[in-house]
Amino acid sequence: MTTTVVPPGAAGTGVRELTYVKAFNEGLLQCMREDSDIVVMGEDVAGYGGVFHMFDGVLGEFGPMRAVDTPIAEMGLMGMGVGAAARGLRPVVDIMFMDFLAVCLDQLVNQAAKMKFMFGGSVRVPLTITTASGAGLGAAAQHSQSLEAWLAHVPGLKVAMPSSAYDAKGLMVSALRDDNPVVVMLNKLLLGAKGEVPEGLYDVPLGRAATLRTGTDATVVALGRMAVEAAAAAEELAAEGIEVEVVDPRTVQPLDTETIVESVSRTNRVLVVHEAVTFGGIGAEIAAQVQDLAFDHLDAPVARLGAPFTPVPFSPSLEKAYVPDRARIADGVRGLLARG
Amino acid sequence: MGSATVTSEHTSAGERLDPQVVLDLHRRMVRIRVFETEAGRLAEQAELPGFLHLYVGQEAVAAGAMSCLRDDDQITSTHRGHGHAVAKGAQFRPMYAELFGRVDGYCSGRGGSMHINDLSIGMLGANGIVGAGIPIAVGAAFASKYKGEDTVAVPFFGDGASNIGAFHEAANLAAVLRLPVVFVCENNGYAEFTPQAGHMLLEDVADRAAAYGMPGEVCDGMDALAVRETVQRAVDRARAGDGPSLVEAKTYRYYDHQGVKGLRKPYRTQEEIDAWKARDAIELIEARAAAAGVVSEEQFERVWAETRADAADAIEFARASPLPDPADIAQDVYTVMQAPQ
Repeated sequence: MTTTVVPPGAAGTGVRELTYVKAFNEGLLQCMREDSDIVVMGEDVAGYGGVFHMFDGVLGEFGPMRAVDTPIAEMGLMGMGVGAAARGLRPVVDIMFMDFLAVCLDQLVNQAAKMKFMFGGSVRVPLTITTASGAGLGAAAQHSQSLEAWLAHVPGLKVAMPSSAYDAKGLMVSALRDDNPVVVMLNKLLLGAKGEVPEGLYDVPLGRAATLRTGTDATVVALGRMAVEAAAAAEELAAEGIEVEVVDPRTVQPLDTETIVESVSRTNRVLVVHEAVTFGGIGAEIAAQVQDLAFDHLDAPVARLGAPFTPVPFSPSLEKAYVPDRARIADGVRGLLARG
Repeated sequence: MGSATVTSEHTSAGERLDPQVVLDLHRRMVRIRVFETEAGRLAEQAELPGFLHLYVGQEAVAAGAMSCLRDDDQITSTHRGHGHAVAKGAQFRPMYAELFGRVDGYCSGRGGSMHINDLSIGMLGANGIVGAGIPIAVGAAFASKYKGEDTVAVPFFGDGASNIGAFHEAANLAAVLRLPVVFVCENNGYAEFTPQAGHMLLEDVADRAAAYGMPGEVCDGMDALAVRETVQRAVDRARAGDGPSLVEAKTYRYYDHQGVKGLRKPYRTQEEIDAWKARDAIELIEARAAAAGVVSEEQFERVWAETRADAADAIEFARASPLPDPADIAQDVYTVMQAPQ
C-alpha cells in the first residue's frame, strides 16, 4: 500500500501539482520574502534564472543585490558565500553541476564545514549550496555524478537529496533555515516531475526519512531519484505478491538510521539503492549500520545496488547500463528474497 | 628597498610624525614581537603541541594596516596569523591558551595556532589553507555592502598565495562586484622555502592588480608608517564605495617557515637575513621618533615592559587552563537547530 505524506504545518493551504523545480523555486521565493538575509549567488542565477530555472523570478522580485551573477569562479564564489554567511547573511551558493564542486572543495570542506568547530563554536555558517546531480541526460562523466558520499563523509556538512516535488520545496526550506552548511542535490531527471505541493510554506526536517510505501517482505532504502524507481519497482513486485517497504532517507547527512533499522527489523531483508558508484557509497554505511543495529533481524545479507566503478559513460547504451532502474531494483529484491 | 628614510622626522607624505600614531603603531608591533618571541620559546621548550608559524619580522605590515581599521572592519588571515590577530586587538590570554590547546583558548582548544579568530573584533580567522581566507574576506565585504555598512574587509596573504586560484578568483569577484576589499599581500620573499624568483616572474605582486582593473601599490613593509599611509588610501577608497585595491608590502620573516630555526638545509643566506634585520621595523620607528623628538625612550620602554608582563601573565593563565574533556569532542561540529515540532 502507498502512504500519503502529510504536509506538516500546511493546514488550510491549497495543494496543487507542481514540477519538482517549480516547487523548489517556490520554497526559495517564499523564504526570501520572509528573510531578507537570504541572497542567491552563482553563475547565471540572476539574469538567466539558472540554467535549470531554479532561480526564475528571483532577480525580478528581489533585485540585483539578492540575485548575484558571478564570474565562472567556483572557488571564489563558494568562499564568498562562506564569508557572507560568517557575517550573518544566509547565502545560497549555486554550483551549476555537482561535478563542479570538485573545483571548490576547499571552501566547502576545509572552510564552511569546519569553521564552527575550528573556531570553538564562535561562528555560524548558514550557507545553502544548491546543485544539480545525477546521470541520465547523456551529459557524460563531468556533468552527471552523484557525490553525496563525499559530502556526507565531512563532519559539519548536511546533505539533502529530494526525490519529489514536495520534498524539493520542503527540504530547501529547511536548508535555508538551517544555521549549518547544507548541500541540496536536485536530480536533473526529476526537475520536470510533477507532484502535489502545498501552496504555503512548510518544511521537511533534515534527518527524517520518508516511508514511501509500507511492506512486509523486504525494505528498499533508496536515495534521490532511486526512491522514485524503487516505488515503481515495488508496484511491479506487488503484482507478484511481494510487498516491499520503500524508505527514502531524504537526507544522507544526517541519516535517519532509526527509520531504516525499524523497517528492517520488521521486513528482515534490505536492499540499498543509489545511483552513485557502489564502492564506498552511502549504501556501505547503511549496510554497516544495519548489521550493527539489526543483525539479529536479518534473514539475508544486506544487499546493495549502485553504479559500477567507472566514470559516468556517455553513450546511451552504456549510460542505461550504468544507472540502476526499476527493473534492476525489482531483480535485486527477488534475489534478496531468494537468499537465506 | 629605496624608500628607507630612517631618520626622517616626516612621513613619506611629508606630514610631521604624530606621537599618537607612532605610539599606536609601536605598541601593536611590540605586542606582536613579544607574543611571537615567547611563543617561539615555548615551542622550543616543547610546551606547545602542533605547528607554529611565527610572524616576527613582518610586524610593520599588520600594525600599519590594522591601524587604519575599526573593530567592525573584517580581516582574514593566514597560517602565519598571530600578528594579524594581535594587531587587530586580540588578547594574549586566550591566544596563548589556544596555542596550548586549552579550554580558555580562542577556539576552546579545537583550532590551535592556525585557526585563531575573534569575531568581536572582526578577526574572521587565521587559515591553514594558503589563499583560502581571501575569498572569505570578499564574502565579508559583500555582507558589508549588502547591509549598507561602511565597513571594509582586508584579507592578508603572502607572495606565495598570490599564485593560487582563490586569490585570482576573489580579486576578480571583488572588482566586478565593486566590493570594499583591501587585498594586502605581505611579500616576505618566500613561498615556504621557495624564493619569489622561483615561483613567479613578476617582481611586484602589486602588478597583478591591473589584471582585475584595480589599483595596485607597493610599500615598504618594514616601515609601519609607510604601510599605514598606503593601506589608508586603499581603505578610504573602499569605504567610499570605489571598490577594491591591492597593497603589496615588501617584508621579511626572521624565523623559519615553521618554528624558530630551520631544521634542514638553509635556503636563505645569513647576509640576506642580516640585511633585513638591519632595517627592523620596531628599531626603525623608535629611531625615527627619537630623531624627531616626538616620543621618549622611556615611553617606548614602558610599552615593552607592559607587554612582557602581559605575556608572562597570559602564559601562566594558559598553562593553568584545563585541557578540553574528550567527552566533549563532538561539541560545535554543528550549530544545533531547534528540534522540529
